[in-house]
Amino acid sequence: MNKDMKILVVDDFSTMRRIIKNLLRDLGFTNTSDADDGQTAWPMLKSGSYDFLVTDWNMPGMTGIDLLKAVRADPDLASLPVLMVTAEQKKEQIVEAAQAGVNGYIVKPFTAITLKEKIDKIFERIDSAK
Amino acid sequence: MSEDKHIDGETLELAKKYVGFLEVGDAESADNALAELTDIRESQLFNELGRLTRDFHETLNSFSSDDRFSTLAQDDIPDARERLNFVITKTDDAAHRTLNAVESALPLCETLEDSVGKLNTEWEKFLAKEMKPQEFRDLSLVIKEFFSRSGEDVRSVRNDLNDILMAQDFQDITGQIIKRVITLVTEVESSLVELVKVGSKLGVKSSSASDEKQKQKHKEDPTELAGPQVPGMESETIVASQDDVDDLLSSLGF
Repeated sequence: MNKDMKILVVDDFSTMRRIIKNLLRDLGFTNTSDADDGQTAWPMLKSGSYDFLVTDWNMPGMTGIDLLKAVRADPDLASLPVLMVTAEQKKEQIVEAAQAGVNGYIVKPFTAITLKEKIDKIFERIDSAK
Repeated sequence: MSEDKHIDGETLELAKKYVGFLEVGDAESADNALAELTDIRESQLFNELGRLTRDFHETLNSFSSDDRFSTLAQDDIPDARERLNFVITKTDDAAHRTLNAVESALPLCETLEDSVGKLNTEWEKFLAKEMKPQEFRDLSLVIKEFFSRSGEDVRSVRNDLNDILMAQDFQDITGQIIKRVITLVTEVESSLVELVKVGSKLGVKSSSASDEKQKQKHKEDPTELAGPQVPGMESETIVASQDDVDDLLSSLGF
């Protein structure tokens, strides 16, 4: 896993963006940017050559699930790893995210250890698939 | 309506009789006729009062049997109360967690500051060549101890800072909960406005089309976002923890 990879953190709450970015920095990932919803994130993803997307689900404007679907439908972004970090805990929603092609799903509130585990798992899979 | 007309006819008949009695000077019969007329007038008043009472009663009944109103009162308001209590718990926990971390980190910073100050004084003495060999040997032991202790202390302060960082996650959860309660308050407000409107024109039924819409809107929609979970309000369609999420995903081949 490349610690210099470019990560985009999308959440409508600035405190949560700060927490995630701080946790990522603690894990050694310093190349992070953030956006407050899918609409803001989309042009950044399109032009920014990001390596990893961490997104909330419930956001005004464009939700995380719509962002995920847009990413998977875009030929340039389709293979971008996406981790969902959300307070949504309905089974239907987790299944929906899985079907839309999410790479990992973390429910809030979460711990630093959970975040590390999920990121490790996502990139282990990607590396072993190469 | 036909009953009203009948009464009108009767009234007219009695009034004519009354005038007739007055014309012939029969005072006693005239008084009787007038009393009868008054009775009719009174019974009309009671009928009207009865009708108003019935309408009012029916309107109140239609409100208590309206699904949306009863769910608001029986489920949504207690639900909101529960959610707001959870907000209090979350913010209270976060504040205490932050204060605990600060209270743990501050003394370490103070000790560190003190030690650095003392060592600096000693070091100046050494640089000025005012230090005896034994004093220098003592100082080197103090420096050694300082290095090992300050390394430990800085790690501890770092942990406290991380704890403060993590304590801020309450804002995301409480923000979402409060947004939901605001939506509910807005709905209660518009329902009250509707109640006032209906109350002000008794007997006029509220539009059944909008009632139907409200009911449909309130039915459990599987795709509707449920928001943060509140302890004690779990439901079967909702997973309880990260482990459950992982189990569900692995059952889907993740």
